Amino acid sequence: MSDPRDAGMIGRRTDGKIVHRPLSPHLQAYDMMQMTSFTSIAHRMAGCAWAAGTLLLAWWLMAAATSDVAFARVQWFMSSFLGILVLFGLTLAAWYHTLAGLRHLVWDAGYGFDIPTVYKTGRAVLIGTIVLTVLTWLFAIAFWG
Amino acid sequence: MAKFALPKNSTITAGKTHKAEPGSKNVKTFKIYRWDPDDDANPRTDNYELDLDKCGPMVLDALIKIKNEVDTTLTFRRSCREGICGSCAMNIDGLNTLACLKPIDEVKGDVRISPLPHMPVVKDLVPDLSQVYAQYRSIEPWLKAETPPPPDEERRQSKEERAKLDGMWECILCFCCSTSCPSYWWNGDRYLGPAILLAAYRWIADSRDEATGERLDDLEDPFRLYRCHTIMNCTRTCPKGLNPAEAIGKIKTLMVTRQG
Repeated sequence: MSDPRDAGMIGRRTDGKIVHRPLSPHLQAYDMMQMTSFTSIAHRMAGCAWAAGTLLLAWWLMAAATSDVAFARVQWFMSSFLGILVLFGLTLAAWYHTLAGLRHLVWDAGYGFDIPTVYKTGRAVLIGTIVLTVLTWLFAIAFWG
Repeated sequence: MAKFALPKNSTITAGKTHKAEPGSKNVKTFKIYRWDPDDDANPRTDNYELDLDKCGPMVLDALIKIKNEVDTTLTFRRSCREGICGSCAMNIDGLNTLACLKPIDEVKGDVRISPLPHMPVVKDLVPDLSQVYAQYRSIEPWLKAETPPPPDEERRQSKEERAKLDGMWECILCFCCSTSCPSYWWNGDRYLGPAILLAAYRWIADSRDEATGERLDDLEDPFRLYRCHTIMNCTRTCPKGLNPAEAIGKIKTLMVTRQG
């Protein structure tokens, strides 16, 4: 389907000749790092990361059910520097997506739309993500380290 | 489909620099988006150095000073210069707002000015608003009622009923909000965007309007309403301090509650 907005991209020069109008800058001009758009795009990225991360966990489970060798291979990867980094990132993504998801749930219930509240809940989600991620790892290290 | 990069004919090149008069002390640079259909060239950014000691306080004052004294070819819309007409809506320092309500000293460093985002450019800071106007028409923004009004009298509202329209009738249709919304950028062909949905809710919430059911039917669509993902850029940027995101949230609530 063609985009009906394309019609607006046709303009005319002073001499009547047809000219293609430019599209005004969007991502190039807009402040995407403000609390509103940042928490939104981060929610999507965390969701994608977490979806990919569950594949990694499925690999772990499947390896455990397959053979000692397969499981050892996964264990080797997960305890390597890169593996730990990936797992840490996934913890971060999982906590962020959970907390930001709760924030969306509150909006869907009809609350928290005014900008001061949006900034407060946004900050709470960001701080909560860091705190819970660090706590998760402290627990993990304390119990399995 | 979302296209994150600008089309080839829309990428922005470096432009001219207009130096401040010699001896100016309080100089600020305005980096302004320029495009002229007669130029056969891509858009460019021109730099204008202005002496703020000889300029009014608002960004619109600076634009008018540039047009009057530095470069008469600079094109922009403006009318009331007091935030009630919505003509001078543009992107200033990364956020959409009205140039007449934006104090220059709120901007740190250079003042970057471009047209409302993701719109066809007619010239310089003037975007083509045909699409948003057509979408406004599509929600039928007028009172619809089968019941005839009382003879020799207007349709009455209680104070409480009237108060429900506060925060919506004040919208001046400057479209700062719609053009701040990434969802509207990518899906503005079918998504109505925050300004139009706020207007739609203004009529849904009106106690005198009798077409609420039909209005909700028209909006119940994966694109027209539900491309709103509560990003909240609209409310963040509204120069009138209104809350389109909340109005959209209320429409979504009505969609669910009317199912019983």
